[in-house]
Amino acid sequence: MADIADSPLANQANKSLEHENIETGEPKMRARDVDVYYGQKKAIDSVDIDVYTEFVTAFIGPSGCGKSTFLRALNRMNDTIPSARVTGTIELDGEDIYASGMDVVQLRARVGMVFQKPNPFPKSIYDNIAYGPKIHGLADAKPDLDNIVEKSLRRAGLWEEVKDRLTDSGTALSGGQQQRLCIARAIAVDPEVILMDEPCSALDPIATAKIEELIDELRGRYGIVIVTHSMQQAARVSQRTAFFHLGNLVEYGHTSDIFTNPTEQRTQDYITGRYG
Amino acid sequence: MSASTLILLVLGLGLAGWLVARSRAAMFRRAHGGKRIASLPNYHAWYAALWIVVPTLLFALIWAQIADNLVIQHVLASPAAADLPAFGMQRETMLAEARAVATGAAPGVFNPEAAALVEPFDEALTRYNIIGLVVTILIALAGGAWAFLRLKPDFRAHTRVERAVLGVLLIASLVAILTTLGIVASLVFETVRFFGMVNPIDFLTGVNWSPNPMTDGSNPDPERYGAVPLFWGTFFIGVVIAMIVAIPLGMMSAIYLNQYAAPRVRTWLKPALEVLAGVPTVVYGYFAALTIAPAIRDIAMSLGVQNPSSESALAAGLVMGVMIIPFVSSMADDSIAAVPQAMKDGSLAMGATQNETIKRVLVPAALPGIVAGIMLAISRAIGETMIVVMAASATARLSANPLEAMTTVTYQIVANLTGEASLDSASTLAAFALGFVLFLVTLVLNIIALRIVKRFREAYE
Ligand SMILES: Nc1ncnc2c1ncn2[C@@H]1O[C@H](COP(=O)(O)OP(=O)(O)OP(=O)(O)O)[C@@H](O)[C@H]1O
Ligand SMILES: [Mg+2]
Repeated sequence: MADIADSPLANQANKSLEHENIETGEPKMRARDVDVYYGQKKAIDSVDIDVYTEFVTAFIGPSGCGKSTFLRALNRMNDTIPSARVTGTIELDGEDIYASGMDVVQLRARVGMVFQKPNPFPKSIYDNIAYGPKIHGLADAKPDLDNIVEKSLRRAGLWEEVKDRLTDSGTALSGGQQQRLCIARAIAVDPEVILMDEPCSALDPIATAKIEELIDELRGRYGIVIVTHSMQQAARVSQRTAFFHLGNLVEYGHTSDIFTNPTEQRTQDYITGRYG
Repeated sequence: MSASTLILLVLGLGLAGWLVARSRAAMFRRAHGGKRIASLPNYHAWYAALWIVVPTLLFALIWAQIADNLVIQHVLASPAAADLPAFGMQRETMLAEARAVATGAAPGVFNPEAAALVEPFDEALTRYNIIGLVVTILIALAGGAWAFLRLKPDFRAHTRVERAVLGVLLIASLVAILTTLGIVASLVFETVRFFGMVNPIDFLTGVNWSPNPMTDGSNPDPERYGAVPLFWGTFFIGVVIAMIVAIPLGMMSAIYLNQYAAPRVRTWLKPALEVLAGVPTVVYGYFAALTIAPAIRDIAMSLGVQNPSSESALAAGLVMGVMIIPFVSSMADDSIAAVPQAMKDGSLAMGATQNETIKRVLVPAALPGIVAGIMLAISRAIGETMIVVMAASATARLSANPLEAMTTVTYQIVANLTGEASLDSASTLAAFALGFVLFLVTLVLNIIALRIVKRFREAYE
């Protein structure tokens, strides 16, 4: 494995090692023995994973291995697909999110999501951000709402770029700005976890760098799970990495370990590009 | 000689030209030692055939128009015609009778005076038939010869044929447009005549509508041609009442079908809804006149309304609204379905409920399409005729009480056109002016709606 340890990937992962002497408390989300089916087809097979607020967790793996499927299981977005079925337990703060008493609406307010393709609503920038707080009744008066909008846009690093054009349509922004708008929109309802499904795959390198920076700043405040096809991105932004293959969780651990010292041959093949 | 034999003859000549040209082109090919010539033999063949058929048919068309006149002229010039009555029906009848006998369509004359005319008719028909036939054949030969002389190994027959095909397609597509233009032109023409008798300002702003077909003639009292009550009735029945029914019901059924209905329910319910659009409007008319209108009158009476009308605006409007539901709902359904799933997911992932997502994201995003659908529905409703003819009233009234009788533009068009008055009396011409106004309004509504839809499409490309 010496060849991997010297690779640039491993170097990046080593840098993120510096962050790792953080005390970890209880995991924010805990998945145990989770299967996901589409009709008869099993897309996820008995996956165990912990998500911590202190770390960014990256899901990597070849296309079709079930990363999105599992990610969507974490805030029950799979409920919108009639054929999808989830078994096993997924807990948020120790509470089973698939329990019958669980309010999906509340759950999704606590576990937000950012999609692969930026999907701002065809409303003004302001209304895009205000949408969540309004439906969840987080702001009573206009000044409160203004406050939330500004704070969210600042956190998403978009405020300076859009503060003079809050009434413009959200769809009139550039792709990278739209994606940060979507992140700001997710932040606006003050979630505990943010799930991101390939948030940079439609963006150029500069916009990607901005989002990665943003993810790094958000770490610690929100539990962040990011699906990515870019090994470099996983190495740069995450502290925990999960490698999926054919619906199985092959390996899950410290990002630095996965990239320098994987225990599984399949992981090593994938991250060194030897995977078919 | 009848038209059909003439056409057969022309086609036969065309076929002959086709075959000859084809074999000539094939000869070029052989002469070139099997090498390629500029166009396939078939194109040469079509080129020649078109040159034969098209000019002859054009001639035949024109000839059919003028030959008739020539025949009549010949007959009238004959000595036997001197005895004909000078004008009127009798004269026409006799000419027609003589012609029928001459062409063999009738065995003998009924009017003895007509018998003398058979001979000249016969003569004239034969003469002009022969002239027509000879000219047709000459034109065919000339066309064929012209085409034939141009056939050369390097002649690009295919581009010529291509151009001819293009012409045909162009003409086909122009037919609909030209028809529309023709309709507009005739409307405009009659409308201008009407406005020569009644000042357009009086017409568009007057509030008293009571044309009298018997006495108005061509010098009517403009005071009686105020169309405002008709516009009001149309607006009140077709826009206010009908839309109060159609917009909420159409929207709600679209949302239900699109967002809530299980696939199995949807496969049944959607066609069922669309059947509504296929019910003949005359059937809605019965329903409005025979079922709804009496029911409304009875209910009004039981509520203590004095003398409610049995031709209330409400009855026509309600039924019209039901008729319009499928237009509203299918446009709304399409536009909601066109909103990307990502938008919906985005909202649901924020923790919005299905209902909030529909209200705050889907419907606003689909709004342009929905509005366009409503405008199309309105233009349908105000142009709708059968329901109002059967269920609305002839009385023009400016009132906001839906229980009262009202009349509409389309009702009055029908009434005035099918009335007793002659075609150039003011009351008949008023129908054209009304039709013209209606046409303009629906045209504008449709144009606006189509523009909105187009913009909307672009937004999600
Ligand atoms: N709505 C669905 N219905 C049925 N099968 C599905 C559905 N969505 C995904 N699948 C299947 O589930 C498996 C996992 O898909 P998933 O989208 O989770 O993969 P992924 O790892 O996110 O891939 P990618 O990297 O290409 O996004 C695939 O085999 C896919 O075909
Ligand atoms: Mg995916």
